[in-house]
Amino acid sequence: MSQDTTVDSPESSDGASLMSFDTELTLGLPGESRSPARAPAFAQGHKKNCTKRGFMETVIDLNLGTSHISMPRGQNSESRVSGTGKYPAAKAQVTGWPPVRSFRKKTLEGSSKLVKVAVDGAPYLRKVDLQIYSSYQDLFRALEEMFTCFTTRGDDNMEERKLTGALNGREYVPTYEDKDDDWMLLGDVPWKMFVESCKRIRLMKSSEAVGLAAPRTPTNC
Amino acid sequence: MNYFPDEVIEHVFDFVTSQKDRNAVSLVCKSWYKIERLSRQSVFIGNCYAISPERVIGRFPGLKSLTLKGKPHFADFNLLPYDWGGWVYPWVEALAKSRVGLEELRLKRMVVSDDCLELLSRSFVNFKSLVLVSCEGFTTDGLAAIAANCRYLRELDLQEIEVDDNRGQWISCFPDSCTSLVSLNFSCLKGEINLTALERLVARSPNLKSLRLNRAVPLDTLQKLLMRAPQLVDLGIGSFVYDPSSEAYIKLKATLVKCKSIRSLSGFLEVVPCCLSAIHPVCQNLTSLNLSYAPGIHGNELIKLIRFCRKLERLWILDSIGDRGLGVVAFTCKELQELRVFPSGVDNAAVTEEGLVAISAGCPKLHSLLYFCQQMTNAALITVAKNNSNFTRFRLCILDREKPDPVTMQPLDEGFGAIVQSCKRLRRLSLSGLLTDQVFLYIGMYAEQLEMLSIAFAGNSDKGMLYVLNGCKKLRKLEIRDSPFGNTALLTDVGKYETMRSLWMSSCEVTLGGCQTLAKKMPRLNVEIINEDDQMEFSLDDRQKVGKMYLYRTLVGPRKDAPDFVWTL
Repeated sequence: MSQDTTVDSPESSDGASLMSFDTELTLGLPGESRSPARAPAFAQGHKKNCTKRGFMETVIDLNLGTSHISMPRGQNSESRVSGTGKYPAAKAQVTGWPPVRSFRKKTLEGSSKLVKVAVDGAPYLRKVDLQIYSSYQDLFRALEEMFTCFTTRGDDNMEERKLTGALNGREYVPTYEDKDDDWMLLGDVPWKMFVESCKRIRLMKSSEAVGLAAPRTPTNC
Repeated sequence: MNYFPDEVIEHVFDFVTSQKDRNAVSLVCKSWYKIERLSRQSVFIGNCYAISPERVIGRFPGLKSLTLKGKPHFADFNLLPYDWGGWVYPWVEALAKSRVGLEELRLKRMVVSDDCLELLSRSFVNFKSLVLVSCEGFTTDGLAAIAANCRYLRELDLQEIEVDDNRGQWISCFPDSCTSLVSLNFSCLKGEINLTALERLVARSPNLKSLRLNRAVPLDTLQKLLMRAPQLVDLGIGSFVYDPSSEAYIKLKATLVKCKSIRSLSGFLEVVPCCLSAIHPVCQNLTSLNLSYAPGIHGNELIKLIRFCRKLERLWILDSIGDRGLGVVAFTCKELQELRVFPSGVDNAAVTEEGLVAISAGCPKLHSLLYFCQQMTNAALITVAKNNSNFTRFRLCILDREKPDPVTMQPLDEGFGAIVQSCKRLRRLSLSGLLTDQVFLYIGMYAEQLEMLSIAFAGNSDKGMLYVLNGCKKLRKLEIRDSPFGNTALLTDVGKYETMRSLWMSSCEVTLGGCQTLAKKMPRLNVEIINEDDQMEFSLDDRQKVGKMYLYRTLVGPRKDAPDFVWTL
């Protein structure tokens, strides 16, 4: 997973220094009219109003630098602070957290198949539960809601089902990696088979998806 | 002191039903104590180790309904090793030996064996009601015994139980003469069930008001059951898998329209497709809806469903509803009193402070909240406190431990402080997020009615815990994990613990020496040290920090059934 905080667009890639506050980077995907309620929760501590923010804010939210965050606990902080040193890593799993009854955990666990969804150009992955959807259409609708800058084009004809990025008009093709480590187009196989064999999903830029029509075609991931 | 004959006083006492009130009444004088104890029918024991069954039976020979709680609350989250305790067999055995005509047994977090269920089913002719919540230790064989032997069974209610499900035949063990069922809940059972037997059982139960099915009951059976029991008030649907064009589905739609009494709906353990239009007619009258085990209901279908539920008073839901969905709840459910939002484990939609603020603004009757969320801000909590001062239960769980207010990067002391200051009737509070001693200062100052407090990864020093112990006069249960409270906090006011039911402290700063001092000073407390697996050697170093300590007041001394890894000081 890329640690970049920039959105990969040609405008920002040449010469702009990450330390410059003039750069005005955003974490969210490019797009307008994003209601706060639908903004993706990419990073802990993201601002719900999706205002653009500078590097330092981003760094803080990613917990990359904690020098100015007060650690109120005096004693025994290492058992409670995630990781050691100034740059705590993602918090370790702890018994009994979150405080959910094991019956509930087990019941919901068994009924979910979580896969990661990556979108070319977005710095963060999302996770979806494939078992709550009953068809490709269902899944696409959900992906639409998640990545609100996309709109689906085309109808039930899978070949034409592409997601269009609103900002730069580029098209995205939904692909997935199956049990055999091959990258396939979403829609190639019956839904149930897809749910069973899908390991992860990637919304690939159309330009890179050339040659993916036939299964078993390797792509650079 | 009595101006009336005993029978009159007893008759007056008939109207005093709450245990608290009856306890108070029994303290007035010896005569009232005697009248009260002989007429008490319903007894609640919050900690099964605080008293012995023999003493309960001795005091209340007229006992008909017994409620028992066993393990401490944090056992729900795997913080207590298996086999710690909470066996109910000794209680059933003692009751069976006595002349008590037990009719109702309600258990929470206890270990129930098949033998115990068998004994229970054979010992009490008038046994009517068995309610098990978060219990373990039995199989469907035990249920078969209850079904077969309890001739006047009215209620069999299993909630959140992992049962070793052997066969689905237990349901066939209800004799044909059993026609008294009012409530049957087996939604948590994983295995198959004999559908024909179930249909026949429902058909001969004219008083059936509550029926919660498990995953193994398919749609066509559901339709047949509803035909037989249109008077149902509470329905739990197991599997809602159907083909929209099938006759079974069309029949079900028609049947559901006739079920005008349903006020409570739950289940949907399996839903394919997500479309729930058949349910919409039922929604209008619902006062209680539990979709917290239904990840299959999501997105727009979920929101459509909610829009029909104008009369909802209780809603349990997954966080996949999102802030947007909570906004719809706030707009639609003006009668809402209790809301629980559980984590679905998926992060493509979770809730934040926005959803909570919307709810607090839209639902003026809300008083009970359990809210798992991605983040919370002080501003939001302050707004919630302003909008709503009715909370009696406020449990907030920010999934990311020790997370500060993401906007200000401050601890959430002020936000929770506003809640306790505003909600004068608050009885239960759970904290989360980044918190310093300051929040405990506020709790000690304002939370005058607080009875139960749950603390995790919070505070800076002993002062925090002391603020709470000193300030919260009505505190009954305090549970703390991973917080820097040590011996000073533990030992400053040892008498306090006899006014409380229990104290749990794990991964804190208390040492073995501190616990021993406490145990010595307070002989009427059981101070249990629970050792992790690899710490079997009890090192006698006083300075060693204690991993898990559970202390509770008791009238019967150290329990005799404590396993090896529990050391009662």
